[in-house]
Amino acid sequence: MSNKMHVKLNVNGEDHEFLAEPRELLIYALREKLNITGPHVGCETSHCGACTVTMNGKSVKSCTVFVAQANGAEVTTVEGLGSPDALHVLQENFKEHHGLQCGFCTPGMITRAAKLLEENPNPTEEDVRFGIAGNICRCTGYQNIVKSILSAASELNASKEAAQ
Amino acid sequence: MKDEITRDERVANLKGMGCSRKRVEDARFTQGKGNYVDDIKLPGMLHGDFVRSPYAHARVKSINIDAAMALPGVVAVLTAKDLEPLNLHWMPTLAGDKQMVLADGKVLFQGQEVAFVVANDRYIAADAVELVEVDYEELEVIVDPFKSLQSDVVLREDMVAEDGSIPNGAHGPRKHPNHIFTWEAGEEEATNQVIDNAEVVATEEMYYHRTHPCPLETCGSVASMDKVNGKLTLWGTFQAPHVVRTVASLLSGIEEHNIRVVSPDIGGGFGNKVGVYPGYVCSIVASIVTGVPVKWVEDRMENLMSTAFARDYWMKGKISATKEGKITGLHCHVTADHGAFDACADPTKFPAGFMNICTGSYDIPVAYLGVDGVYTNKAPGGVSYRCSFRVTEAVYFIERMIEVLAIELNMDPAELRSINFIKKEQFPYTAALGWEYDSGDYQTAWDKALLAVDYTGLRAEQAQRVEDFKAGKTRKVMGIGLSFFTEIVGAGPVKNCDILGMGMFDSCEIRIHPTGSAVARLGTISQGQGHATTFAQILATEIGLSAESITIEEGDTDTAPYGLGTYGSRSTPVAGAAAAMAGRKIRAKAQMIAAYLLEVHDNDVEFDVDRFVVKGSPEQFKTMKDIAYAAYNQAIPGLEPGLEAVSYYDPPNMTYPFGAYVCVMDIDVDTGVPEIRRFYALDDCGTRINPMVIEGQIHGGLTEALAVALGQEIAYDDMGNVKTGTLMDFFLPTAWEVPNYETDYTVTPSPHHPIGAKGVGESPHVGGVPCFSNAVQDAFRPFGNRHTNMPHDHWRIWQTANDLGMHD
Repeated sequence: MSNKMHVKLNVNGEDHEFLAEPRELLIYALREKLNITGPHVGCETSHCGACTVTMNGKSVKSCTVFVAQANGAEVTTVEGLGSPDALHVLQENFKEHHGLQCGFCTPGMITRAAKLLEENPNPTEEDVRFGIAGNICRCTGYQNIVKSILSAASELNASKEAAQ
Repeated sequence: MKDEITRDERVANLKGMGCSRKRVEDARFTQGKGNYVDDIKLPGMLHGDFVRSPYAHARVKSINIDAAMALPGVVAVLTAKDLEPLNLHWMPTLAGDKQMVLADGKVLFQGQEVAFVVANDRYIAADAVELVEVDYEELEVIVDPFKSLQSDVVLREDMVAEDGSIPNGAHGPRKHPNHIFTWEAGEEEATNQVIDNAEVVATEEMYYHRTHPCPLETCGSVASMDKVNGKLTLWGTFQAPHVVRTVASLLSGIEEHNIRVVSPDIGGGFGNKVGVYPGYVCSIVASIVTGVPVKWVEDRMENLMSTAFARDYWMKGKISATKEGKITGLHCHVTADHGAFDACADPTKFPAGFMNICTGSYDIPVAYLGVDGVYTNKAPGGVSYRCSFRVTEAVYFIERMIEVLAIELNMDPAELRSINFIKKEQFPYTAALGWEYDSGDYQTAWDKALLAVDYTGLRAEQAQRVEDFKAGKTRKVMGIGLSFFTEIVGAGPVKNCDILGMGMFDSCEIRIHPTGSAVARLGTISQGQGHATTFAQILATEIGLSAESITIEEGDTDTAPYGLGTYGSRSTPVAGAAAAMAGRKIRAKAQMIAAYLLEVHDNDVEFDVDRFVVKGSPEQFKTMKDIAYAAYNQAIPGLEPGLEAVSYYDPPNMTYPFGAYVCVMDIDVDTGVPEIRRFYALDDCGTRINPMVIEGQIHGGLTEALAVALGQEIAYDDMGNVKTGTLMDFFLPTAWEVPNYETDYTVTPSPHHPIGAKGVGESPHVGGVPCFSNAVQDAFRPFGNRHTNMPHDHWRIWQTANDLGMHD
């Protein structure tokens, strides 16, 4: 089965090159070839959002993107959002407001929320609920996730104002 | 010595019981550094995948693996024939039945495991699955348990003797080849007598549909057989890792000390990960055969089609009362559809779980429960989906019967509940079906809930809405859903609770390090509940070291003490009690060390937050840190060095959390869309360990209740095809459909639990399902509705309105 192709990806600012079958899904390339295991596989049908990453500036479900389609793309996963010494404001707020329980949806949820706040820095509760409707959480009932995202939005805005 | 901080500050520094400590788990989960089973990658690891049956009932005439084996990268294809010499083609279930690991001559449900392909990567394994040729001969399919009990079609030939007679099952006599058990509680004759002579009787039939716990992470395992050292390591999605080790040992013949079972981070369980699945067994066998690690992780469709379902109870009730509404008797019969194998996850002696809690929160003098378990061509299971064993079914049953009785009596259902509550002074209360309720104050909780939502005002608004609807001013009706529930959790006392013979105690082992920090290990395993945070809080309060200095470990059978795991809200009631008791052993030794250091008698020192002080002389003290150091650095006469303790806790009784829920809903009768305006949840889980975590559990449990009540279902067609096998069809609510919940509480500690805690993770699901369902049904009550079955999805709600003539 040597129909492998040469794939280039920039993931979280780092360049990667590898061989992959075109049919391989982006999520498996990230998880199994690059050992980036933050994004998870929950359904493989685009419903649950556990695999959400940002690809070329858009939120995508990496379980339904072929690695061939992602060739040459810039990809951001939860690992690219913050570092242990400098957490992303969303990572801090999810902890502060108990926005997670089992943690399986969390990387996808936070990655989606980060993109959402870029797209709409002043979301209403309704905007947030609609904006994360592609990400399923089985544990929290979303109430504290919504709270975490809204709180992160105000913090981001406050720090932007302070900088101006 | 003088203290530099106040006593209150010392208490705050402990981060002990009662504070909303932030979770220690979150650092890794928010940064994508959780370690779930599919994250495990071992050198040379192979991937396993199943060939599954497309038919619900068929003979397997032949299996040809040649084409699959010829595919480069395929290492092995296992069938029942390969497992038979190891006696692993069948395995015991938790319910005393047995289950095929791989199809042995026939298949009994769609999605059943037929062959296990092992290959170099998951793609090759999936390709090879397509290349395995299975020749099936279709057989008549039975998906209806009532038809099953009448049918000549024998589903389980292994459960019929050669002479055609029907041998007893694990739970006694069986009356038909497709019958599994009859289980009874209470007094049938006395109950019938009361009901036959009652002033008012309400009867109702209800179907609690089949659904599925569907955690976001599916089930999986990685087995690694080290042939050099004879050690098997098994990582997997196990809610009960120690039991898995014992079962793996009994099945494989490998001595238990040579098996290490590890539950890594688990992406939600909700009951789905209690049982033992063919995938676990096959990954072990494959690793033994190949000598390298083998990973098996199911996909979502496999999860929904083949791993443990929940519910599927056909319930028939009769409830009698006086004209004034005092309940006099309750009769319940259940036809329980268990699917192809009885793989219910219940304590051994309880084939219908704790369904006999179905008298609910009410003082009912006489009652009877009969349950008949039945085989059908559906997936096996019957797990407790976010509830203690069958308690969701029991509470739904009684909370619907109360509503139906209220209709019969033409009485307000809130008032009917008040009239019948078990009174505060009646606790401990022995119910007609045998359970001893430990503590409760139902009326106080109920009054608080009704006041909080302005119940009288809501009913007035609803009456006005009915008028407006009839006058053509609105197309929306309004429902007020009520539920008052009592759970029975914390299984349980070893005298009557075991799983595969293992008593349902739990355990905690603590080691205090010389510098005053600690590691504690328990027999449970968190799947999102936050044990690493909250167990440390219990210990902090008990032993006087900050929760921040206590590491909690669970899930590795090589290091953790034996325990029965996490399900049925048993972690806090059982392992939490073990933690408190182990903490008290630490404290007892610490007291002797402190007395020695302070040069006084043992009885002259007392514990105070984080230290022992000389009685009446608080300026003379030794902190727990001082004591920990002393335990390791000096010879204390009469005491062994070190500071460790272990406790195995056998609970004297279950715990009985309770709560009062109210849901206010508007329903558009033309679209069938319900809009949840308000949901108020009052929970009494006894002593509260971490209010933030409790609230999170309640939000989550209510959302799973919303799902089950309003649309989530595993549906089959007549051919036994699963109609809801993907997340396209199987309803999981998104943020868009879920309301904000209001939470409230009362505190009625458990009198027999060391810290008075009762458990809370499942209460909101148990109380939530009837509350959402009652809201829908209450909206249609003024128009003649008595009972409609869940799930109340938009189509079914529209149908209800249509049946009532509301579209005319």
